[in-house]
Amino acid sequence: MTGLVARGLTLSLDGRTVLHEACVAVAPGEVVGVIGPNGAGKSTLLRVLSGIQPADAGEVMLEGRALAGMTPGDRARRLSFLPQEGEPPPPMRIEDLVALGRLPHRAARDGARDRAAVECALAETGLLDLRDRPASQLSGGERARLRLARALAVEAPYLLADEPVAALDPAHALAVMASFARLARAGMGVAVVLHDLTLAGRFCHRLVLMRDGRVVAQGRPAEILTDGAMRAVYGVTVRRVGDAVVPWSLTDGRADDERTGS
Amino acid sequence: MIDRRDYPLIAALAGGVLVMLVLSLAWGDSAVSLPSALRDLMAGRHSVGAIIVGQLRLPRAILGVSIGAALGLCGAVMQGYLRNPLADPGLLGVSGGAALGAVLVFYTGLAGVSALLLPAGGLMGALLAVLLLLGLVGQGGTLVLLLAGAALSSFAAALTAMAMNLMPSPYAAYEVMRWVMGSLTDRTLTDVSISLPGTVAGCLLMLTTARALDALALGDEVAESMGFRLRGLSGVQTRVVVGAAVAIGSCVAVSGAIGFVGLVVPHLLRPLTGHQPSRLLLPSALGGALLLLVADAAVRLLSGATEIQIGVLTALIGAPVFFRRVIAMRRSQA
Repeated sequence: MTGLVARGLTLSLDGRTVLHEACVAVAPGEVVGVIGPNGAGKSTLLRVLSGIQPADAGEVMLEGRALAGMTPGDRARRLSFLPQEGEPPPPMRIEDLVALGRLPHRAARDGARDRAAVECALAETGLLDLRDRPASQLSGGERARLRLARALAVEAPYLLADEPVAALDPAHALAVMASFARLARAGMGVAVVLHDLTLAGRFCHRLVLMRDGRVVAQGRPAEILTDGAMRAVYGVTVRRVGDAVVPWSLTDGRADDERTGS
Repeated sequence: MIDRRDYPLIAALAGGVLVMLVLSLAWGDSAVSLPSALRDLMAGRHSVGAIIVGQLRLPRAILGVSIGAALGLCGAVMQGYLRNPLADPGLLGVSGGAALGAVLVFYTGLAGVSALLLPAGGLMGALLAVLLLLGLVGQGGTLVLLLAGAALSSFAAALTAMAMNLMPSPYAAYEVMRWVMGSLTDRTLTDVSISLPGTVAGCLLMLTTARALDALALGDEVAESMGFRLRGLSGVQTRVVVGAAVAIGSCVAVSGAIGFVGLVVPHLLRPLTGHQPSRLLLPSALGGALLLLVADAAVRLLSGATEIQIGVLTALIGAPVFFRRVIAMRRSQA
């Protein structure tokens, strides 16, 4: 079986069930958006898919092999994980930081291939001109691109990105999502946690909708971003601009005011 | 781990260590011809020169290099692992444990029985401290490690102070105080043979974490996703703690506590190695060796009737570096 396939993932942390029989699949060449309210288990799902958080039950298969049976290095070369932004990066040169993405390949000691991967990652994220700058001088948007570049330098066939556009202005967010689309066209499987339903509807081939640790629906964006589902899961009503979905007001009416006129 | 860009820095530091090493062997109160003393030493002839160089200066020089290198490396590894430029080898409570072990040997009067018992007490203290530390930390993360280290350090310091407080004679208390301040004077080849194996083993263990330290610069989750195990028996944290404890315990057991080397050396060299944790390791080891050899030379140069302890001197060199750093930070925040 191709792709990254998870079945029946269940996980409790501190006595709370954070994942309940979650099933999800990411095929090569597609961008899968993971959406849902805060605390729905999206980040936990990604951590389990990446292999850094073992599940209590269920299994993750990567191209037909159980993820749990792989060596950490083997897994790291196939799955690249981009967690939510944590500590600021150290003041290393940007190119040196991106090159750390090659750490899982260090045993191969292929300098030319490493350099090419770093070059590609810098080009894809538009950081070629900034390569000699210390990372500490970057703006928030540039830092997000740097983190993505590090994840791309791994050259893994699958990328798991947790809210990569959360802190970005619209232009940077569009650029990152366009990168994912391009990478998917080149054959990469991408799973991305998103809060922006407009971006999710526009750039994702499929969406996985989560609530309370469960996958409540998955399918093409048009099938998932329905008025009913948005009301039931997020408690919001939506308006549509072309294919895009814009959250408009809370179902209990709290977000309404005279200016929005709803 | 060794980056081509760092060759000039590494060569300069290694050259400095070599020069100070030769100086340390050649220079002292008695005028001895180093080449002839070394020839006698190699040939096994017991000339005055061979005895002075082989039994007095050589152990001191070897310990200067090995202890300085261990302190510098350990500081770089700890600062990289904890991602905190203020981390230093003393943070784990292992130096405190070693000091307490040695002080108890003084306190019980065993120090007079055999010269071997003092470093043995230090080693036992360090070993006990690291076992306690590992037990306290368990599967906990860096914050738990820091808290456990702080708790152990203060506890060991309190017990050490109590032992000094209750010391039967003021002379013994004075001896302990001098020992705690750190010194390389009058160490023998026996001290070297006690200290060196643990120092080398601990340093080698710490060096195995070089790539993981780079990955950790990107955060715990990224490091784990890149295939590095952080916790558990063979995890990075255990290797850092055990490596540092074995190395530093072996050092403190023969030299006493020498502060500031592990803190200052990585701090000074970090900007020169591109702020990359793995690139900082070897230069920090060489820098630590160089600083300690220089400090030891200064001890010999400056000491009159009362010897200045090397730990005092490294702190005197180290503190101004921090004053400068505080001023630079204040300017950058203004």
